[in-house]
Amino acid sequence: MYKSWWKILASLLVIYSTIWGFLSKAPELPILHESIRNLYFHVPMWFGMIVLFSISVFYSVRFLSSGNPEDDLKAVESTNVGVIYGVLGIITGAIWAKFTWGQAWSFDVKQNFAAISILMYFAYLILRNAIDEEQKRAKIAAIYNIFAFPIMVVLLFVLPRLSDSLHPGNGGNPGFNAYDLDSRMRMIFYPACLGWILIGYWIYTLVYRLRSLEKKHA
Amino acid sequence: MKKVALTLFLLMLTVQLFAQQQGGSLSDDVYASGKIYVVVACAVLILLGLLIFLFTLDRRLKKIEKRNLEK
Repeated sequence: MYKSWWKILASLLVIYSTIWGFLSKAPELPILHESIRNLYFHVPMWFGMIVLFSISVFYSVRFLSSGNPEDDLKAVESTNVGVIYGVLGIITGAIWAKFTWGQAWSFDVKQNFAAISILMYFAYLILRNAIDEEQKRAKIAAIYNIFAFPIMVVLLFVLPRLSDSLHPGNGGNPGFNAYDLDSRMRMIFYPACLGWILIGYWIYTLVYRLRSLEKKHA
Repeated sequence: MKKVALTLFLLMLTVQLFAQQQGGSLSDDVYASGKIYVVVACAVLILLGLLIFLFTLDRRLKKIEKRNLEK
């Protein structure tokens, strides 16, 4: 079943959103202008990352109750892919910010907290690799992951709303619905998010399967 | 006189710049030439290549997994 329907759906959604991301009419906005199209590429990275980290935390919890090393592998590999998505999100955000907010890193609250949460997950991966004994490693990593996840959620979705941020939907700024996301953009934005989330999940299943094969032959 | 002429000349240059800036939204210019489709074609080709690559990776993994089960 290497050609499941959802993999084909993911490919179609991503291709659809890329084509129409360039060609559709976008609302004319001050400052952002045509760069609003980045919404179809930058934001799905973050949604994908959050879904992958959620999968990871799910398997971490399951590992603690089952003790099954497969669950541990699933948790780690989904974090790996999630971190890649996060780094891509940070870089695309910095490029976008350079040309709209004036500088790549303007120490916006959401930018800072996103960087911190990525670093937190780097720490998770390094911590996990630092422990040799397998059961202990899996247990400590799972517990760390379960603590890291709510902190990530708070950093990305709660704290930026409490202070001023350049990102829409935070602080004094209105949310997407208030100004720039009209129905034309939704027709592309939601498929783009779903598509990139599915692609992320697909890559995660690939690396997980690879890792479990490697483990069997080690 | 030279200075005034130079000033006027430079001023005219900037006037031209302003005129260009006001000429409609960017999208009109971008789509008028029809060349944006070239960019879309390239971006989609790269995306397609990567997706096909993912499918082949998937197939190769599947093969190894099967062989692994048979053993």
